[in-house]
Amino acid sequence: MAVKAPILELEDVHTYYGNIHALKGVSCTIPSGDIACLIGANGAGKTTTLLTIFGVQRAHRGKIKFKGRPIHHLRPEQVAAQGISQAPEGRQIFPRMTTLENLEMGAYLRSDKTAVENDMEWVFGLFPVLKDRTQQLGGTLSGGEQQMLAIGRALMSRPELLLLDEPSLGLAPKLVERIFETILEINKKGVTIFLVEQNAHMALTISNTGYVMETGKIVLTDHAASLLKNEKVKKAYLGE
Amino acid sequence: MAKSDFKKFIIYSLFLGILILPMVGFPGRSFETSRAFTIWGGIVGILALWLLNKTVRRSDMYQRTAAHLAPFRNTVLRKFSKFPTKYYILALMIAVAAYPLLADNYMIDVGITCLIYIVLGLGLNIVVGLAGLLDLGYIAFYAVGAYSYSLLNLHFGISFWLALPIGMVIGGIFGCIIGYPTLKMRGDYLAIVTMGFGEIIRLVLNNWDKLTKGPNGLLGMAKPAVIYPAFTEGGLKWVAYSLKSLHALYYLMFIIAVLTVIGVRRLDNSRIGRAWVAIREDEVAAELSGVPTTWLKLLAYALGAAFASVVGAFFAAKLSYTNPNFFIFMESCIVLCIVVLGGVGSIPGIILAGIILIAVPEVFRELQNYRMLAFGLAMAAMMVLRPEGLIPASRRKRELHETDQFTPEDLKDGG
Amino acid sequence: MDNASFIIQQLINAIFLGSIYSLIALGYTMVYGIIELINFAHGELFTAGAFIGIIVLAALQNIGFVETHFVLTLILVFGMAMAYVAVLGVAIEQVAYKPLRKASRLAAILSALGMSIFLSNGMMLSQGVSDRAYPAILGMDGFSILDARITYGQIFIIVLSLVLMVALNMFVNWSKLGKAMRATAQNQTMARMLGIDIDRTIRVTFMIGPALGAAAGVMVGMYYGSVRFDMGFIYMIKAFAAAILGGIGSIPGAVLGGMIIGGVEVLWSAFLPSEWKDVTTFVVLILVLYFRPSGILGEHVSESRV
Repeated sequence: MAVKAPILELEDVHTYYGNIHALKGVSCTIPSGDIACLIGANGAGKTTTLLTIFGVQRAHRGKIKFKGRPIHHLRPEQVAAQGISQAPEGRQIFPRMTTLENLEMGAYLRSDKTAVENDMEWVFGLFPVLKDRTQQLGGTLSGGEQQMLAIGRALMSRPELLLLDEPSLGLAPKLVERIFETILEINKKGVTIFLVEQNAHMALTISNTGYVMETGKIVLTDHAASLLKNEKVKKAYLGE
Repeated sequence: MAKSDFKKFIIYSLFLGILILPMVGFPGRSFETSRAFTIWGGIVGILALWLLNKTVRRSDMYQRTAAHLAPFRNTVLRKFSKFPTKYYILALMIAVAAYPLLADNYMIDVGITCLIYIVLGLGLNIVVGLAGLLDLGYIAFYAVGAYSYSLLNLHFGISFWLALPIGMVIGGIFGCIIGYPTLKMRGDYLAIVTMGFGEIIRLVLNNWDKLTKGPNGLLGMAKPAVIYPAFTEGGLKWVAYSLKSLHALYYLMFIIAVLTVIGVRRLDNSRIGRAWVAIREDEVAAELSGVPTTWLKLLAYALGAAFASVVGAFFAAKLSYTNPNFFIFMESCIVLCIVVLGGVGSIPGIILAGIILIAVPEVFRELQNYRMLAFGLAMAAMMVLRPEGLIPASRRKRELHETDQFTPEDLKDGG
Repeated sequence: MDNASFIIQQLINAIFLGSIYSLIALGYTMVYGIIELINFAHGELFTAGAFIGIIVLAALQNIGFVETHFVLTLILVFGMAMAYVAVLGVAIEQVAYKPLRKASRLAAILSALGMSIFLSNGMMLSQGVSDRAYPAILGMDGFSILDARITYGQIFIIVLSLVLMVALNMFVNWSKLGKAMRATAQNQTMARMLGIDIDRTIRVTFMIGPALGAAAGVMVGMYYGSVRFDMGFIYMIKAFAAAILGGIGSIPGAVLGGMIIGGVEVLWSAFLPSEWKDVTTFVVLILVLYFRPSGILGEHVSESRV
């Protein structure tokens, strides 16, 4: 792999839900500027990984470093302040706030008004349909629109690292393509993307690096292109 | 002394001052400096003592001394816990039974009141502790028992012993009536609804003059009477001995209390008790496993109500008087306090809490005014510091700390 | 009184009473919306506001301030009562509710109940068991519409309530902190992931909600002329019924509910025996909780937390 400074490092991370051992020593390194994806079956621990990075779930053991600084002990509010943002599982749109307000909440930690406005214009450029729905309540948007809003909201904080949890879930194929194109565009602007996906094919197609997760551990790490050709991966996740 | 602790102490004291000085300092139209600052100073003093205590405990010298004494302490504790519980219970029963022989009338009355509240606490424990349902209007069942006996006795001349089972049934029915709408409700709403029912019953008793004579209350019920065969001039006859003396009433209440404790323990260890635990821990799972949740919840309310009715009837008989003001919301809170402070689901805990909460203010009469103040604070403090109560029921302690995430070390100990 | 006047009088009374209930209900709904806890101590906060009002008023009267600076007096009385109760509200939250955020619902409810008992008894001990009289500064002057009568005091209270509600609305909808509060109420975890300090938003909620209740307390004390340590109980029930009826967690719902409860109470008093008034409130409350716990404007009531 090309040597780029790692933006996110997980070292032997263990997480528990009650007494269920969900992450059993997850280790990975995401180079800065990459698009990295995490694929695996349902319940493998992909979402748990993202939640643990963000501090929503506590890592019982192991370290998580962002740009070299440890963040595993930080609360979610503090992780957000580091320059990481997430479009989480289920989108988590604020249902009784308008599209505009949802986006504004994304920029909560920022105080540079003009820059925020510019970023909002950029988000509307990426997802034009959101511009038509600025005053509409988040809960009334369609699934696809909510997904776009979730990503847009995550972008409003000008993150260096963007975590995406299953952006394709429940969306029509055309829409999924659009979203993944947009992900590429976002990455071109310099945002590192860590993508968790069920749709392994699409994920691997746009990613540089891929991680395969099984029952709480990362079992395979490689260039995404190589994983696409990997026999085991093809059988388990690409339906071949 | 940790700097942050000291800072916290200063900040808390200041805020306390802001909150207390206006309220305490202005009972009239002018600022009563001495009174206000004395009270504020007193509380700050308590905080200071607490800070001191914390500092000492953290200090090296204390830690070392404690480590030295630890094995000694452990042996003493082990010796105590090895003592079979049977002897404790026997000792307690003897003490309670002998009590009236040693105390004056006033203290016997206090004892009776203690026993009443303990039985109420045990009854509420069935609902809150065993079945895990909240009831903020429990005192209403106490009222139902009292008024049932009163009305039955005054209008139909029914004796105490006959009225008792009738009262229990009526109480049970009310329990079902109150329990039914709450079956599908969640914690907060359940609390409000049960509180509402409690108040409704009190207000109805207060306003329905024709039936209950309203705020005047009912007067003149007969005391419970014991009938036994005795030799009189006319030969062997049944003689009624009316239990008028405090001693007699005390022993009657004692018997009721003992029966209640036995009853509650039996319930706790029965299939019904285990089913309640299942409902308490995960109702959906219990439902799916075939546990008849509806019926069991109603049963909890009904049984709790039945116990309260018995005590209610006793209460009315003892005073030969009853009045809606005996059954205000605060009384429900007191009973709940006893259950919570003693330890939800814990019989010895409830007994201990009942004794402390009722007897202590009676013994130290100057403290009477501060009783409820202390109750309220104690309840909140207990929840924050020691939710399992004074004498925790073993199951409960595990439940309440369940939300703490497990670590592999915990699992090794068996949880 | 002819029919038109009668209707107008009932309307005036209903709006007056409704405004007060709405203010108290807002306190409940805001707190419930953000931490899903019924603040049982809210009734005591309302009472505390009334007491502070009386204290400030008495102090100002002592220095002869009231006659010379009437408007300033009102501002000080309301302002200080609201400020005091805001501090009290936060204090309660920090001490009795915050430590229990991850605990069972039962623990939180019991803590709230304990605080309620503690506060009401605290006030009883420090302020006395009997009624305390409010200096009658609002007076009974007013004017008539047909045969219906409305006092300047009533107008003042209605207008002040309206001002407070509008201010709250503006704050919640247009200010950054207000939006953060709404976000926290709708999805706490997501709010945290956006960097919102939920401890702070919850603290602010516990300042604003109780402060509104305090304002209502001063209003009630001023208008009816007396304060008692236990006056909070029945107001708490009615305001809670209002909040539930309108939809717990919804700010417009609290206002709507308050007006409805106020209206129902006024109509009841006009036609039916008044001793049963309180019973009816409880019955209405239980019916609403049983048949439509989400209320009129209510959002989906989550089943998750029990």
